[in-house]
Amino acid sequence: MIGLTATVVFAGKFASWEVEFLSKEFFITLILLSSGVFGFFISLDLFTMFLFYELAVIPMYLLIGIWGSGPREYSAMKLTLMLMGGSAFLLLGLLGIYFYSGNDTVSPTFNILEIAERTIPAEAQRFFFPFAFVGFGVLGALYPLHTWSPDGHASAPTAVSMLHAGVLMKLGGYGCFRVAMFLLPEAANEMAWFFLILTTISIVYGAFGAVHQKDLKYINAYSSVSHCGLVLFALLMMNPTAMDGAILQMISHGLMCALFFALIGMIYGRTHTRMINEMGGIMRVMPFLGVIYVIGGLASLGLPGLSGFVAEMSIFVGSFQINDVFHRVITVLACTSIVVTAVYILRLVGIMLLGPIIHKEHEKLGDAHWFERISAGALTAAIIGMGMAPFWLSDMIGESLIPIVKQLTTNIGL
Amino acid sequence: METNCFNYTYLIILIPFISFVILGLFGDYLKHKISGWLGTFSLFLVFILSYYTAYQYFFNVGKVEGVYQKFVGFNFVWLRFTESLHIDIGGLLDPISVMMLVVISTVSFMVHLYSIGYMHGERGFERYFSFLSLFSFSMLGLVLATNIFQMYIFWELVGVSSYLLIGFYYQRPSAVAASKKAFIVTRFADLGFLVGILILSITTGTFDYVTLTDPNGTAITQGSGIVFLGLSTLILVFMGGAGKSAMMPFHIWLPDAMEGPTPVSALIHAATMVVAGVYMVARLFPIFAISGTPGLEVVAYIGGITSLFAAIVACTQFDIKRVLAYSTLSQIGYMMLALGVSGYGGHEGLGFMASMFHLFTHAMFKALLFLGAGAIIHAVHSNYMYDMGGLRKYLPITHITFLIACLTIAGIPPLSGFFSKDEILVAAFHHNKFLFAVEYITAGLTAFYMFRLYYNVFWGKNVHYHHTPHEAPVTMTIPLIFLAIGSVFTGFIPFNKLVTSDGLPFEAHIEWGIAIPSILVGILGIIIATVLYKKETAIPDKIIGSIKIFHKWAYNKFYFDELYLFITQKIIFKRISEPVAWFDRHVVDGLQNWFAWLANTVSFNIRGFQSGQLQQYGWVFVSGALILVIIFSFYWYSINF
Repeated sequence: MIGLTATVVFAGKFASWEVEFLSKEFFITLILLSSGVFGFFISLDLFTMFLFYELAVIPMYLLIGIWGSGPREYSAMKLTLMLMGGSAFLLLGLLGIYFYSGNDTVSPTFNILEIAERTIPAEAQRFFFPFAFVGFGVLGALYPLHTWSPDGHASAPTAVSMLHAGVLMKLGGYGCFRVAMFLLPEAANEMAWFFLILTTISIVYGAFGAVHQKDLKYINAYSSVSHCGLVLFALLMMNPTAMDGAILQMISHGLMCALFFALIGMIYGRTHTRMINEMGGIMRVMPFLGVIYVIGGLASLGLPGLSGFVAEMSIFVGSFQINDVFHRVITVLACTSIVVTAVYILRLVGIMLLGPIIHKEHEKLGDAHWFERISAGALTAAIIGMGMAPFWLSDMIGESLIPIVKQLTTNIGL
Repeated sequence: METNCFNYTYLIILIPFISFVILGLFGDYLKHKISGWLGTFSLFLVFILSYYTAYQYFFNVGKVEGVYQKFVGFNFVWLRFTESLHIDIGGLLDPISVMMLVVISTVSFMVHLYSIGYMHGERGFERYFSFLSLFSFSMLGLVLATNIFQMYIFWELVGVSSYLLIGFYYQRPSAVAASKKAFIVTRFADLGFLVGILILSITTGTFDYVTLTDPNGTAITQGSGIVFLGLSTLILVFMGGAGKSAMMPFHIWLPDAMEGPTPVSALIHAATMVVAGVYMVARLFPIFAISGTPGLEVVAYIGGITSLFAAIVACTQFDIKRVLAYSTLSQIGYMMLALGVSGYGGHEGLGFMASMFHLFTHAMFKALLFLGAGAIIHAVHSNYMYDMGGLRKYLPITHITFLIACLTIAGIPPLSGFFSKDEILVAAFHHNKFLFAVEYITAGLTAFYMFRLYYNVFWGKNVHYHHTPHEAPVTMTIPLIFLAIGSVFTGFIPFNKLVTSDGLPFEAHIEWGIAIPSILVGILGIIIATVLYKKETAIPDKIIGSIKIFHKWAYNKFYFDELYLFITQKIIFKRISEPVAWFDRHVVDGLQNWFAWLANTVSFNIRGFQSGQLQQYGWVFVSGALILVIIFSFYWYSINF
C-alpha cells in the first residue's frame, strides 16, 4: 500500500496546478483528459491503467485537431497514431504480464501489487519487457519515437500543450517505472544498457535539436525530449538516488513545461508570432512575463535554488554511484546536456526578451493580466519552493520508493 | 569542533538574501533612494558581522594550541542522497574563509555605497540593487561552504548574478551578448567541475570539506589522485576554477564582461567572483598538494602563462575598463601561480600564504582602480583613453587615489602590493625558475601598462570636453578614500601568522635579493611609461610601427575570440545542431511519415474491395470458398495417400 501513497503524492503534486486553466469551450474534453491522467496515476490495476491511458490519449486528437493551430490535422493524426502504436505494444506487454502472472496454483491477475509478489518467468520477462517499456516510452518521448512531440506541441492550444508536456509525458515515465520495471525487474536489469543508450541519445540530441529551432514551441518540445529522456535515463539506472531524482525531475519538468507553454501562449496572444527572431526586447513591454520566462529558463538549465537543479543533481549523483565505466561515461555525456541547455535557453532569452525592440507595434503591448499573473505566479512559486527546500519532498519520495527499490534489488539479487 | 560561538554567522548570508527578496519583489513600489539605502544598509550589517567574526576568529577563539581550527558555524541537511552523501548548507570558518568574508563584505559594502551615486537616475535602479544583494548572498555562501556541493550551488548562483549584472543594460545588444558569453563559457567550465566533484566525492564517499581535506584522512590517502578516462580529477575540478577565474583558455568572457556597470566590474569581475577559482583551489589545497598528481603543475603553468599573456594584451588596449580587466587576469594568474608552486605545511606553504595575501591586497587595489575608472567614466562619459587627458585638474580625489592604486599594483614599497607580490616571487623562485622569470617580466609590464593608463587619463594632451568634468559625489569618493587607505596599509598585515596552509604560523621575511630587482623592474616600467605618455609624443606610434605584426596580434587579443567564435558558430551550431535538427525532421520523422504514407497508400489501393456491390462480394465469396475446397482436398489427399 505504500506504492499507493507514492502515487497519491505524485498525483497530488499535479493537482495543485491542474485547477488553473482558463475556462474555454473545450473544457469538457480537457476534463476528460485530466480524469484519464488522474485515473492512470491512481490505478493499481493493469487493465484500468490501460483504459485510462487510452482515455487520456483520445481527447488529445480532438483537442489538437479542432482547437489547434498550424497543420493541426497532420499533427493530431501523427500524435494519435504514434501513441496508439505505442499502446498496441503496451497492450501486448500488459497481456503478457497478465498471462504469465498466474501459474498452476494461482489464477492470473491484473493487480499490480499482487503481481509484484509473484515471480514471472525470466523468459517471459525478457520477451515482454521491451513491449511494455517501448509502449510507455513512446509517451515519454523515447528516441527515436519522439517526433510526435514537437509537432503535437506546436499545433496544440496552450492549455493542451501545458497539460500534455506537463502531465501526459510523465505518464510514460511513470508507466515505465510502475509497470515495466516494477513487474519485470530481471529483464529490466538485463536490457537496461540498450535503453540507457537510447535515452542518452534523447538527452543530448534533444538539447542540440533545440539549439537550432526558431519556433518557441519547438524549442520547448525538444527541450522536453531532452528532459524526459533524463527521467527514463535515471529510472534505468536502478539506483535509489537516481530514481528519486527521476521522480523529482518528472515533477520539476511538469512544472517548468507547463509554465513555458503557458507563457508562450500569453506571449503569442500579444505578439501573434512564435518565431523568436520576429520578437526582440519584449522584456521592456512585458516585464512580468519576461522575468517569469527567465526564471523558468534558469530552472530549466538547472540553476540551484530552482527545481531543475535538485532533480538533475540527484540523477547525476545517483547515476555516478554505479561503479563501472559504461554508466559513468554515459552520465558524463548526459551532463553535457546542461551546457547545451544553457546555450539554447540564453539564446532564446537574448534574442526574444532582451535587446532593442525590433517591431514598432510591439511597443504598445501590455503586460500580464491578473489571471495570467496568478497562473504563472503559482507555477513559479512551486518551482522556487521545490528548489529552495527540496529536503521534505525528497525525503517523502525516498520513503515511498523503498519498497519498489527493494523489489528491484531483491529480484536481481544485488 | 566548537559550534556555538559562531552560530550567528548564518546571518551573514541571510541578510543579503532577505534584502534580495525584498528588493526583487517589492522594488517597483519603493522609492529609488530607499531601495539603494536598503541594500547598502544590509551590506553594512554584513560588514560589521564579518569584521566581528574576523576579530573573534583570529584573536580570540580561533587558535587552539597555536593552530587555527576549522569551525562549523551552522549546518543543516539540504538534500540527502544517501546516508553519507548529502548536500548541507552551512558555514565553515577557517582562516581563508574568514579572510574572504572580510574581503567580500568590505568591497561589497563599498560598491553598494558607491553605486548609490554612480547609478543615480538609472532605469532599473532597484533591480540593480537586488541583483547586487543576490550576488553578495551567493558569494558569501560560496566562501562559507562546508562542503563541495554547497560550493557548487553558490558557484552557479554567483554565475547567474554575474550574468544578470553584466546584462544589466539589457537593451544594448553588446551587453546581452557579453552576458550570454560569460554564462556559457563558465558553464562549460563548470561541467568539468561537476564531473570532478562527482568523481572526487563518490570515490571518497563524502562532500564534506573537513573530511575531504583532512591531511591524515582517508580521502587524501586513498581516494584522490584518481584518474578517470585519463584525466585527473583535480584537473577537472580546476577546470571549473579556471572558468570562473578566467584563466586561459577560458579567459575570453572577462574582458567582454566589462559591458556591465562599472561598480559591478569592481565587485564581481575584479575583487570577488573571479577569485573564486583561486579560493576553490586553496580550499582543496591539501588534496592538490599531497596527492602528487600533475594538478598543481597545471595550476602553476596556467597561472603563469595567463599572467604574461594578459599583461601583454593590456599594454595595447584603449578601453580603460578592458585594460583593467586584463590586468585582473594577470593578477589572478599570479595568485594561481603562487598556489601552484606551493607546498603543504610550514614554510613550504609560503606560496599558499602569498596567494591569499595577494588575493586580499589585490581585492583592495583593483576595486579601487575600477571604482576610480568608474568615477572617470562618470565624469567624461566615455570608456576610451583617447577621449581623456589632463583630468588631474578636474578630479583631484580620483586622481590621488588612482595614483596610489597604480603604485600599489606596480609593487612599490611600502604599499601593500609590494609585500604580497614579493612573497609570490620568493615562492616561485624556490620552486620553478622559469615561472619566476615569467613573473619578473609580467611585473615590469604591469607597471608599464598601469602608468600608460594613468598618464593617458590624467596627464597627456588636454582634451576639450563638452562640459567641464566634475568630481564625483560624496557617496562615490568615500569608498575611493577608504579603499586607498586599505591599499596602503594592508601590506602590513602579518599573513604568515594568520592565513597559512595548515593553520600553523611560520616565519617569513622579505628576501631583499629578490625584492630589490622587482622594485627596480617596476620602476623601470613606470619610467618607460612616463617617457612615452606623460606628454603627448610620437614615440609610441613609432614603436608600434616597428613591431606591427606582434602589436596587431596583441591588440586583437591573440585572436582567441575568433577561435571561439569559429568553434561555436561553425562547428557546434552549423556542424552539430543544424544537422541534428535536419536529421530529426527528415530522417527520423521522415521514416515515420513514410510509414504513414505507406499505410495510406496501401489502404487507398485496396479500398476497392469495399465496393458495396453484392455481385462482387458474392463472387469473391464463392471463389474464395472454391480455393479453400481445393486446398483442403489437396491436403486431405496428401495425408491419406
